[in-house]
Amino acid sequence: MSSLLEVKGLTKNFGGLCAVSNVNMTIEKGELIGLIGPNGAGKTTLFNLLTGVYEPSEGLIEMTKDGKKVSIGGLKPYKITAYGVARTFQNIRLFKSMTVLENVKVAMHKNIRYGILSAIFRTPSYYTEEKWVEEKACELLEEVGLYGKRHEMATNLPYGEQRRLEIARALAIQPEILYLDEPAAGMNPQETADLTQLIYKIRDKYNLTIILIEHDMSLVMSICERIYVLNYGKLIASGTPDEVKNDPFVIKAYLGEEI
Amino acid sequence: MSKKILSKANLCWMALSVAVYILLSVLINFRIISSYYTITIYNILINIILAVSLNLIIGICGQFSLGHAGFMCIGAYSAGVITKMMPNLGGLFLGVLVGMVISTVAALIVSVPTLRLRGDYLAIATLGFAEIIRIIVMNMKITNGAAGLSGIPKLTTFTLLFICMVISIIIVCNFTRSAPGRACISIREDEIASEAMGINTTKYKVSAFIIGALLASLAGALFACNFYVIKPTQFNFNRSIDILVMVVFGGMGSMTSSVIAAIVIGFLNMILQNFSNLRMIIYGVALVSIMIFKPTGLLGTRELSFEKLLKRKERKS
Repeated sequence: MSSLLEVKGLTKNFGGLCAVSNVNMTIEKGELIGLIGPNGAGKTTLFNLLTGVYEPSEGLIEMTKDGKKVSIGGLKPYKITAYGVARTFQNIRLFKSMTVLENVKVAMHKNIRYGILSAIFRTPSYYTEEKWVEEKACELLEEVGLYGKRHEMATNLPYGEQRRLEIARALAIQPEILYLDEPAAGMNPQETADLTQLIYKIRDKYNLTIILIEHDMSLVMSICERIYVLNYGKLIASGTPDEVKNDPFVIKAYLGEEI
Repeated sequence: MSKKILSKANLCWMALSVAVYILLSVLINFRIISSYYTITIYNILINIILAVSLNLIIGICGQFSLGHAGFMCIGAYSAGVITKMMPNLGGLFLGVLVGMVISTVAALIVSVPTLRLRGDYLAIATLGFAEIIRIIVMNMKITNGAAGLSGIPKLTTFTLLFICMVISIIIVCNFTRSAPGRACISIREDEIASEAMGINTTKYKVSAFIIGALLASLAGALFACNFYVIKPTQFNFNRSIDILVMVVFGGMGSMTSSVIAAIVIGFLNMILQNFSNLRMIIYGVALVSIMIFKPTGLLGTRELSFEKLLKRKERKS
């Protein structure tokens, strides 16, 4: 059985700047992985490569889907999403002037089977599919505790709820891999604790493999099973939280060197 | 399923359109209003189709197109040339069909490369497209060049025009309130997020563009068969701007507002006809003040919805 996601020699250059260089990662199904590093280390760039926003300069990204290995590096984001990859964004990117419910419905797009003509002529398949979408979207909103606010505009939600809506929206894709880009940024301790519970809950319920970028070390150290550490675009350490905590390179990257 | 189509809200819409239809046709057919007003009403109905279809591209899908007059031109000339050879409704139907086919091909050629562009660039590219269409028409024999086509049979009746308008609105509204429509709105809101949610953004931008182009060419055909004469200068940049103004004036993304804006601007134009010197000034002042005091347009993205009205009524009782 091969691993779910394999990244080999992944490199991204922006002109002369090497944002991600020669990164190798192997991720097994069901793992909860943390990706940490100082600001500007290339964490979000790595996510953008993995989800297709950027095209890799070099290297391979391989995913195992239904027992078969597929190369997803350099594909368009919507194609990568179709393989069951979902993400949230560091600087929340909700569809602001759509309602909470519609935000989730948009993400269910790849599972909707009626086309443009069906929509215009309102064929029976439109009604059955829309009914299913509505039910499924409501179910997901209940999961993250936003059902009561489903008719509100996404932009009117408080910050913490916007983050949770982003997670619900990502779940609507029915992903196998979920990338969370700083899910706890700007949250107070109580909200962070709720978020931790939510992450555990969705992982077990939907059989997810979760990879998260986070600066909140207590969150990362408590929930991640394995951690990758990036600095200046290079992987400098990986392993269990305890291993990473005591790694001299990591301490150097975060705290600097003794003179 | 028939139950869903005959829902209360839809029945209200049907009742409203039938009522408006009867009212207007009585006014026109019994000559209660002068022919001058009649022409204004015809113009408004054509403008509604144009405004609603442009709103689909700009307001719903967020792609700033300045080429709507080009598609209207294609429709008008197709219908004009064919109905001159076949001066009956069959000819008009064929003309509309040919116009739509040419528009679709043109829309595909324009949109596939240009919809990768954003904002200003797309606007310039579509503007260029409309000018190209106009220049082509001006230099072709079959379209009679700069002199324009004259003697086009008057086949556009009030009933036909009204039905076409209602169908156009239904097509656009049905499209908007469906998965493809949601995909388009999500592209407007945030293209990167939309693509990350599994939406093939190019496909939906092109679809919205093509549906808009089809309806514009329908409006052009009805236009040609209403006014006897069409000239290339009628489909210049100013025409695109006129339609754009209706969309922005009403509120981008709201079909109700496009309809209302088309009506208001139609009557405004008619009233201001007597002060032709002041017309453009008043027009300009009105637009500037709208943009200052209500940048989202008269109605913003709000829609008149019988569904909501009925629900509110139920809650009260």
